[in-house]
Amino acid sequence: MIENKGRPNRLGLKGWLGGGRWGFERYLYTLHRVTGLGLLTYFVMHIGVTASRAFGESAWVAAMGAVKGPLFSVGEYLVFAAFAFHALNGVRLGLVELGFAIGAPIEPVYPYRTSVDEQRPLAIGVMILAAILAIVGGIGFLN
Amino acid sequence: MRDQELWTWHIGAGAVILVLLGLHMTVMHLEAIVRVFNPAPGEPVDWANVVARGKSVFFLVTYVLLLGTALFHGFYGLRNILFELNPGPATKKTLSGLILVVGLALFVVGTWAAWVGFTVARGA
Repeated sequence: MIENKGRPNRLGLKGWLGGGRWGFERYLYTLHRVTGLGLLTYFVMHIGVTASRAFGESAWVAAMGAVKGPLFSVGEYLVFAAFAFHALNGVRLGLVELGFAIGAPIEPVYPYRTSVDEQRPLAIGVMILAAILAIVGGIGFLN
Repeated sequence: MRDQELWTWHIGAGAVILVLLGLHMTVMHLEAIVRVFNPAPGEPVDWANVVARGKSVFFLVTYVLLLGTALFHGFYGLRNILFELNPGPATKKTLSGLILVVGLALFVVGTWAAWVGFTVARGA
C-alpha cells in the first residue's frame, strides 16, 4: 500500500457503503475487500482442515466428515462465487494498474471526461464473466 | 522493504494464485472431466486420491507455492485494509508484526503438513 501523503481516509468503513461520484467501480472496490476478507478467512480454516492429512487416514476421514453437509456445501459455493468475482476483478485492477483500458491522455476541456468512463466497459465485461462463472459453478455444485 | 515493492509483489502473487488456484479447482471440482489427477475411483478428497496426489513432487511444490503466495496476498491485503482506517504509527507497527507472525506460522504449519503428507504417501 502506498503511503497516503494527502488527506487521510476520514470516512473509514463508512466509505465502503457509498459509491458517491465514483459509482460502479467504487462498489467493486468494496466487494473486492469483502470477498478478499471472506476468502482469507476460508483459507486459514482450509489450512487447518487439510493439515489433518499429516496425521494419517483416520484423521483425514474425520476432518472431511466434520465439513460435510448442506450448510458447508452452501458455504463452499459462496467461496467459489467470491473467488470468481475476486479473481476477475483482480485481473481488471491489474490491467488498469498497468495502464490498459484507461484511454489516452486528453486535453482538460470542459465538459471534463474522467478515465472512469473509459474503464467502464472493462468493468462491465469482467462482471458479466464473473456472473457466468458463478452461475456455471452453481450448476456444478447443484449436480 | 518499501511498500511500492510489496504492492508489486502483491499483484504478482495474484497472477500466480490465478494459475495455481485454477489448477487446484480443476483437480478438486472437475474430476469428472479431468481424471488424470485422481486415479482412484471416488471423490478427489477420498484418501486413495489424496495419497496418489501426495506422492507427486509436482503437487508438493505447487501446494507450497500456492500456500506462500496466497498467504502473502491475503495478509498483505488485510494489512492494506487495516491501514486505510488510519491507525497510529505504533498500531501500524504492531499490526504489521502480528500479521507477519501469523502468516509465517500458517506457512510453517501448511508446509509441514504438505511435507509429512508427501513422506507418508511415498511410504504407503
